[in-house]
Amino acid sequence: MNLEKVIFGFFIVLAATLNFGFFVGDIDDPSHHDIYELFAAIVVSLIATVLKFGDRTQIGAVHLATSLVADLQLIAAAMVWGYAAHVSAGGVTPEMVARVVSLSGGALFANVVSVAILIAETIMQRR
Amino acid sequence: MTPLLRHHSIIFLIMRRLRAPLILLISILAVSVLGLTLAPGVDDEGKVHYLSFFHALYFMSYTATTIGFGEIPYAFSDQQRLWVTLCIYLSVIGWAYSVGTVFALLADRSLQLAIRTHRFLRAVKRLREPFYLVCGYGETGRLICSALDQLGYRAVVVECDEVKAGEIDLHSYRADVPTMCADARNPDLLQFAGLTHPYCIGVIALTNDDSANLAIAIAARLLAPKIPALCRAETPETAANMASFGTRYIINPFEKFAEYLSLALHAPAAWHLLTWLTGLPGTTIERERDPPPGGWIVCGHGRFGRVLVQAMEQESAVSITIIDREPSDDPHHRWVQGDGTGAAALEQAGVREAAGIIAGTGNDVDNLSIAVTARELNPALFVILRQNHYANHSLFEAYDSDVDVVPSEIIAHECLAILTTPLLVPFLNEVKRRDEPWCAALLDRLTGRFGWQVPSVWSERISFTQAPALHHKLMHGATIALREILRAPSNRDDELACEVLYLHRDDDDHLLLPDPDTEIRAGDELLLVGRQEARHEFDLTLSNEHALTYVLSGRDLPGGWLWEKFSRDPVASPAPHER
Repeated sequence: MNLEKVIFGFFIVLAATLNFGFFVGDIDDPSHHDIYELFAAIVVSLIATVLKFGDRTQIGAVHLATSLVADLQLIAAAMVWGYAAHVSAGGVTPEMVARVVSLSGGALFANVVSVAILIAETIMQRR
Repeated sequence: MTPLLRHHSIIFLIMRRLRAPLILLISILAVSVLGLTLAPGVDDEGKVHYLSFFHALYFMSYTATTIGFGEIPYAFSDQQRLWVTLCIYLSVIGWAYSVGTVFALLADRSLQLAIRTHRFLRAVKRLREPFYLVCGYGETGRLICSALDQLGYRAVVVECDEVKAGEIDLHSYRADVPTMCADARNPDLLQFAGLTHPYCIGVIALTNDDSANLAIAIAARLLAPKIPALCRAETPETAANMASFGTRYIINPFEKFAEYLSLALHAPAAWHLLTWLTGLPGTTIERERDPPPGGWIVCGHGRFGRVLVQAMEQESAVSITIIDREPSDDPHHRWVQGDGTGAAALEQAGVREAAGIIAGTGNDVDNLSIAVTARELNPALFVILRQNHYANHSLFEAYDSDVDVVPSEIIAHECLAILTTPLLVPFLNEVKRRDEPWCAALLDRLTGRFGWQVPSVWSERISFTQAPALHHKLMHGATIALREILRAPSNRDDELACEVLYLHRDDDDHLLLPDPDTEIRAGDELLLVGRQEARHEFDLTLSNEHALTYVLSGRDLPGGWLWEKFSRDPVASPAPHER
């Protein structure tokens, strides 16, 4: 067992689970989507991205790409939320919540791809 | 030291090293922001108020980067201030660690090496003009690089000594010389340095290690068989080995000098002509006195002495005496066992009656000592001094010897002659076959016209690429004599300050010193000698149609297609049936 692999797998899966946790629920109901969960998803996703730095293999490159996509989507979601809460006159309306959640849904897809690659890589090595 | 050839992308190396500090920074920021959103504050109406993520992130961003805009949106409560105090220290630690890592990374030798290698590879890859690959930047390498630079060729250098490689940056070359500090024995590295680059026109192996030169010769032969490889070889075994797989140019400085010396002994004029034509560009040849026949003393029977004795044996007017510390191993010559630096051994060898002495030991101080002692005993002596190390050159300059043998210069001369003017070698071979008065007359005529300064010697090929204008005219049936094009394009009444030494035709025919009335044909190769300005003017005549027409006929062509159409001048339009 390799501690580095454990940490790597842990962060990738955690990023996906947190993202999923934020995503589930009615798409426009603010009470189904906790903002703290979105925050945790962003932080874990960023850390997972940095962990993927510096791997020059083909799989490493795809890993990094999926993480970057997830980061982009999650940060966009956070910015929409920030705009809704602080800038727009209407506040956090169901419409805005739907936007935030749908963006995080996109990130969830990227995270699922990331997890799929992780599993594929593990199966490929057979060790 | 092998460079990190696989680190083609330095960015990955940096990213990998920055993983830990980046994760630390993200974690610290995340913990701080989370804490701020959880710490209770008070708004201006006295109600409990929590910072939103947006405000918390905004606050932490300017606090962690030490900008500090103050407490927003309301003044903080004590709980919040407690947490912020902790956050400030945490973020300072995080930044200090990150910045420290970045600086350590920049100072890291392996990263610097990777960056240098990367830059070198890119510089070589981007070369879009002919260049020579020079392996070994010692004394010879320096001479060759500066001569190539003066002649307008680019060079790429591979040198294993970091100090010598660093010198290249200090040396002010006109063109940039990409340099890699690495062992040239590695064939991969030679490829990266441009051995297989389409613009590489020659490899020059000049390291002071024969086995390295051999390795370079093999790599050049197998990886780039079409380009010429010039290799320095100091032992006959290496030379034989190089020759066995077809290295075309093997340069042994001692043999080369022995060849020159024997030429100088029987044909001084040919020797002077040769040194004048193959000198380093920009230098002036001083006409020394000719080595006299008679008794010669050779001090030191090492690699150099042995080769010289062999060469001088051929000359009938020369008798040789050898002085060496070792007992005799050459029964055919008079041998004095002793120390050439002392008067006793020199007297015993007959220095007072001798015509010349060769101080050829491997030790510079010994050589100077031999020369000084011998001159004291016999002031008329012709002295040939071998200089082993460039560092001693001021001593050798101060002592007025007749000939200084500097191996690095000999190699440099030979390389330049082979590389820049391939026709020079057949010309010189032809010269060596001619008799002495012929050479003397040619030397007098040429130096009378161009002076003793080393002239520009160059080859021109009358081909579509190198002489488009002339080639075009010749292909349309014009007959042009040499005399007609050797005129200045600025004023055709002036003759160009250059002369054709040798003319080579495709059908293996060649003319030595062709007559001015000789007709030029397409495909001819000319060897010219003359001034640098004449070379530029001649190049203009060969490549520019207007200049050529003016030189041939004295008429100025109307510029542009339209004017040429309108012009009814038959000379102006290059008609197929011209003349």
